[in-house]
Amino acid sequence: MVDPKFMKFDTCALHAGYRPEATTGARSVPIHQTASYVFRDTDHATSLFNLERAGHVDSRISNPTIAVLEERVSALEGGVGAVCTASGQAALHLGIVTLMGSGGHIVASSKLDGDTNHMFLQTLPRFGITVTLVDPSDHKAIKRAIRKSTRLVYGETLGNPGLEVFNIPAVAEIAHQADVPLMVDNTFATPYLCRPFEMGADIVVHSLTKFMAGHGIAIGGVLVDGGSFDWETAGKFPTLTEPYTGYHGLDFAEDFGPAAMICRARAEGLRDFGACLSPMNAFYILQGIETLSVRMARHTTNAQSIAEFLKEHPSVDSVVYPGLSSHSDYELAKKQLTKGCGAVLSLGIKGGYEAVRIFIENLNVFSHLANVGDAKSLVIHPASTTHQQMSKESLKQAGIRKEMVRLSVGLEDLDDLINDLKQALRMSQQ
Amino acid sequence: MAEWVINHKKAFCATGGRPGDAEQRSIIFIHGAGMDHICWNLQSRWFAWHGWSVLVPDLPGHGRSEGRALLSIEQMCSWIGKLMDAAGIKTTTLVGHSMGSAVVLHVAADMADRVDGIALLGAADVMPVHPGLLEMAQRNDPQAYELVTSWAHGQQAHFGHNQQPGIWILGNARQLMRRNRPGVLFSDLNACNTWTKGAKVIGKVKCPAVIIVGECDQMTTPKRAQKVVDMLPNGRRFILQDCGHMMMQEQPGQTLDALISAFVKAV
Repeated sequence: MVDPKFMKFDTCALHAGYRPEATTGARSVPIHQTASYVFRDTDHATSLFNLERAGHVDSRISNPTIAVLEERVSALEGGVGAVCTASGQAALHLGIVTLMGSGGHIVASSKLDGDTNHMFLQTLPRFGITVTLVDPSDHKAIKRAIRKSTRLVYGETLGNPGLEVFNIPAVAEIAHQADVPLMVDNTFATPYLCRPFEMGADIVVHSLTKFMAGHGIAIGGVLVDGGSFDWETAGKFPTLTEPYTGYHGLDFAEDFGPAAMICRARAEGLRDFGACLSPMNAFYILQGIETLSVRMARHTTNAQSIAEFLKEHPSVDSVVYPGLSSHSDYELAKKQLTKGCGAVLSLGIKGGYEAVRIFIENLNVFSHLANVGDAKSLVIHPASTTHQQMSKESLKQAGIRKEMVRLSVGLEDLDDLINDLKQALRMSQQ
Repeated sequence: MAEWVINHKKAFCATGGRPGDAEQRSIIFIHGAGMDHICWNLQSRWFAWHGWSVLVPDLPGHGRSEGRALLSIEQMCSWIGKLMDAAGIKTTTLVGHSMGSAVVLHVAADMADRVDGIALLGAADVMPVHPGLLEMAQRNDPQAYELVTSWAHGQQAHFGHNQQPGIWILGNARQLMRRNRPGVLFSDLNACNTWTKGAKVIGKVKCPAVIIVGECDQMTTPKRAQKVVDMLPNGRRFILQDCGHMMMQEQPGQTLDALISAFVKAV
């Protein structure tokens, strides 16, 4: 009996979504820098617009270069399809508005990226969507927070900046018991370290700007549909299960089955909100994804070594990294992140904010900027930057302290990184 | 969508996004083993929006239709006849994929006066199934879905580059298979495996027939498809380039163009 043969992860990272085109034979994915596409005839045009034929009509809705990236990420995550967006925030927004409108409710982990926290607590409520933040380790609280109007449970594979490990199987079970899908932001882990669909998640979002691309030169996001959530049985997602007047009565669940959510996200979400990725950025991101496995392996070993170095350093009062046994989610990380815990870690520096300031300003190899996942090492002070707009209460809920510094560990030589940290820590204590 | 009650069970049919009309020419699309109406979504929409009355049934036990999966191709043929009666269809064009193509052959042979043309996609005169796959399907082992997904798609489709933007064809096919109720895939595969009347029914088909075959189809090979063409009095063959057994997804445009060429341009 022959086994099923599918391309493995590393091969998908290089090949999924693209075959060299017959016309040119181009081995690399071409950049289709075009706004629109010539139709064969008027019937071809009508059929494409009415979703009777597959193809491209306008690069706001789809584009051949971007489509390669969408298939590639779907293949790596194990989904049915994806829609790329202008940024990770746009992907998150697209996922939410595809599932719900005014009156919808989200139960989300309180351990969130600062911008996501802002979207959830400040911006979405203006459009009638409310969010309840819950400590992701308190599963009873998650269950209690789910209401009749809840349409989504949301969490980050690794919290930012506290690196809390989101228990995907446990939370997925709670969400599914309530007929609600689980969406996971897998930006910090990437599918190399964690495949949320295999653990029960239904939707995955990424900021592709970060580890997926790995070069810090292009902003992009992606929404990936796992295709396993039963929208019909849940009976609370009319955008997917009822005729849509915006497409002459198209019922996405009836016509697209497992791909209902992602097809609606493209057909409505990109058409009406228009937060599309550019083909050039898709090309840049594809170049990064080709080396995802080798980069993530190096990122992770460098980060683990740095966490262990910092843990022993006398100027450091705390190190937050789930690869250390001191982290509250260490055991969960061993189960859920079997290849390592990623490359973001946080540390507290003795001496308060002034010591933090001196530390950051004296780093030479680490760049002081608001990003993670670059091949180059990065540093930032979340409380005064990325999470600045959060209320004191939200900061406390998210576990963000004034003396906390976030590092994104890059691919440089480990000795150079440790030497850089050593000298900056020394300066911080003078 | 449309629903009828057949054999005391709900029978679901997609209609390509708009209701049919008794005055319009009828076309029925019949899915293959472990599939449902969704596999025809693009092609059925095109016909529905181009003046045809479209029915895309979920065979019993599949998709949104109730009941247990039927045990033989002959039973499926009888069920399609009942569906046509329930829907008030006097004559129709039939399109079938894989197992569905065997059903189409039987309907065209047994109800010749009610069928004005047929299209057979991924067709053969016999459909033997690997005993190992049958055994896995009988155990409801999810690996059976993986095997079917792997074999049914041509080598090139494994790389993706789907005409439907952003859809990962293997992931989508896998999830479609996983939606099957326990026992359904086995029942379908067993119906294919025990189908022995292929040559006999093919000899009885009189209406115009087109056979659409993927050049890389490992399950119903171009050679087998040619045999069917040779046995039909009015058979024509379309070979789809760069395509395996799942032509409606692998080459949706070529598949639709072949159907248009067979049934629309021919008219």
